Amino acid sequence: MYLYDDIDQRLVDERVAQFRDQTRRFLEGRLAEDDFRALRLRNGLYVQRYAPMLRIAIPYGLLSSRQLRKLADIARRYDRGYGHFSTRQNLQLNWPKLAEVPEILAELATVEMHAIQTSGNCVRNITADQFAGVARDEIVDSFVWCELIRQWSTFHPEFSYLPRKFKIAVNGAVADRAATFVHDIGIHAIRNSENEVGFKVIVGGGLGRTPVVGHVIREFLPWPHLLTYLDAILRVYNRHGRRDNIHKARIKILVKERGVDKFREEVDAEWAQLKDGPATLTAGEIERVAGRFTRPRYQNLSNQNLLKEGPFGAWVKRNVHAHKMRGYAAVTLSLKKTGVPPGDVTSEQMERIAELADHYSFGELRVTHEQNLVFADVRQAELHGLWQELRALGLATPNIGLLTNIICCPGGDFCSLANAKSIPVAEAIQRRFDDLDYLHDIGDLDLNISGCINACGHHHVGHIGIIGVDKNGEEWYQVEIGGNQAPASLGKVIGPSFARADVANVIERLIETYLELRDSESERFVDVVHRAGVEPFKKHVYANPDQKPADRRRAVAA
Amino acid sequence: MPILIRNRQIVDEPSPPELVLEPGDDPAAHAERFSGLNVVAINFPKYGDGRGYSIARLLRERYGYKGELRAVGVVARDHLQRMAQCGFDSFLLREGEDAQAALAAFDELSEAYQASAAQPVPLFRRRVGR
Repeated sequence: MYLYDDIDQRLVDERVAQFRDQTRRFLEGRLAEDDFRALRLRNGLYVQRYAPMLRIAIPYGLLSSRQLRKLADIARRYDRGYGHFSTRQNLQLNWPKLAEVPEILAELATVEMHAIQTSGNCVRNITADQFAGVARDEIVDSFVWCELIRQWSTFHPEFSYLPRKFKIAVNGAVADRAATFVHDIGIHAIRNSENEVGFKVIVGGGLGRTPVVGHVIREFLPWPHLLTYLDAILRVYNRHGRRDNIHKARIKILVKERGVDKFREEVDAEWAQLKDGPATLTAGEIERVAGRFTRPRYQNLSNQNLLKEGPFGAWVKRNVHAHKMRGYAAVTLSLKKTGVPPGDVTSEQMERIAELADHYSFGELRVTHEQNLVFADVRQAELHGLWQELRALGLATPNIGLLTNIICCPGGDFCSLANAKSIPVAEAIQRRFDDLDYLHDIGDLDLNISGCINACGHHHVGHIGIIGVDKNGEEWYQVEIGGNQAPASLGKVIGPSFARADVANVIERLIETYLELRDSESERFVDVVHRAGVEPFKKHVYANPDQKPADRRRAVAA
Repeated sequence: MPILIRNRQIVDEPSPPELVLEPGDDPAAHAERFSGLNVVAINFPKYGDGRGYSIARLLRERYGYKGELRAVGVVARDHLQRMAQCGFDSFLLREGEDAQAALAAFDELSEAYQASAAQPVPLFRRRVGR
């Protein structure tokens, strides 16, 4: 955990007071609805379909057990006893009362938390690879860099009213686990031939209604220049990004309209003025920030031979991950149990998870952008004990990386933007694929669901992506295949959309096609799509008379 | 009648600006002129249009403008602190803003992490030794 110093704490406290005053002025009618909207949004407060929604920041997904207990307590006292972990590694409360939000923020501030810039047209919560600090292929600890960027972006005076929201992801290891090519800016640590650390900078990627794979704007940015370079990109975007049309306001459109070379030229011209200025990072600052992180005190252990058979073996295979320290492992707690909305956790579960984190993983945990939790530092000798505890809590579903580990936005059950519900679709698919042996046989498969074109469920980069669309007021679902997170590729739509009741059948047909076509178990679903193309999948899906557009049933589930 | 705040005081008879920049304007086009000007205004046509913040910093930090820099247009109390950080020292409040309340808004946050026109040294360089 990064521990606040007195200034970090004071700023969060002052933001609580400021927001309390803004809320009071709004409730007293002294602040217009539209103005308050701009102010509350940059503090994570939406007004949703049934109630406000408060998005609490979990910077780069890192949480302490103490913070999780506070979240459990807040969810119970101010909400309905549960929260939803989002793909931005944040926690969303779906039923708070507007007038009580300042109180919630004050509670959060007591555990070094806040809702700053979790929405609005500003730099949002920085996301990171969930195995930072423990991965064997690590280049830098991305959390340290995320915290530096968090501080740089927090209340940035110049970039508080950008054309549109702005999302930055940082990946500190060789493998890209932070989806850096589908963010406004992706920052990927690398070493150059002299073994110096720097960053590959990727710009203009993103999902939403215009999915784009980002462009490398700089192959190697030496680390001291990270913040001045970000300033340069943001300044070009702030001045020239489109503000005439909300759907064309993201940086990806600016990069596309300018062309990446022209955009790079503009950024470089701006950077030439800022480079080596006072915002240039120093080794002392990196050390200071790194030094404010608590670190696990590892013991000298040896690796264990873990059981590969039975239910425990299945869990080890899917949910336990290699660790840089001998005798330790990282563990994913699956929030994707069938029948539970993906990413949802009750207050009771949060409290139990906090206890387990204290006992098994140095009192810390991480939220992943796939809406699961990670204990990063578990002793291998204690894995079996942890597994038993997690099983009792319904958090040991051995499905990480498998079809039922569905990324899913809250959808039409909660969100006022959604065209269609997404949670019931996820559940129907999970029920259809409830045979674990079959699921493991299908192997690695990312299935992502978004309730609308805004793509909060990252459907474009799912091996199978499902998106809710509206047709004359009815909920329909389009299916894409062939998307991938890293290396990033975008899915292709297989054809006309389906009624909700048919979606699970369609997925089953896609899987049948895959199993038929794969040359071995190691050829994943997405590999087959890339090799054989969309056509054979399409053919098999639409061969089913139910899915022929002409005689599709018009019935839509209620 | 909109109220002007300058250097944190209410000014009764503001002098008219000699140059008004719109958010789409390129300040580089006026670079030669800034040393001779006393009052430059930057217009904020909408509550959420943030281009003027960048223009202000360029005027102060790149083109060395030392005169009065006035924010005009949709200028509300909740904008003031950040505008001041970007180099504005005068603010023509939009109609209906409470000027006394606005005066208190400059100090809502007591520190900033970033380098800015008002504080060219970022916090991390001032935190050294803490």
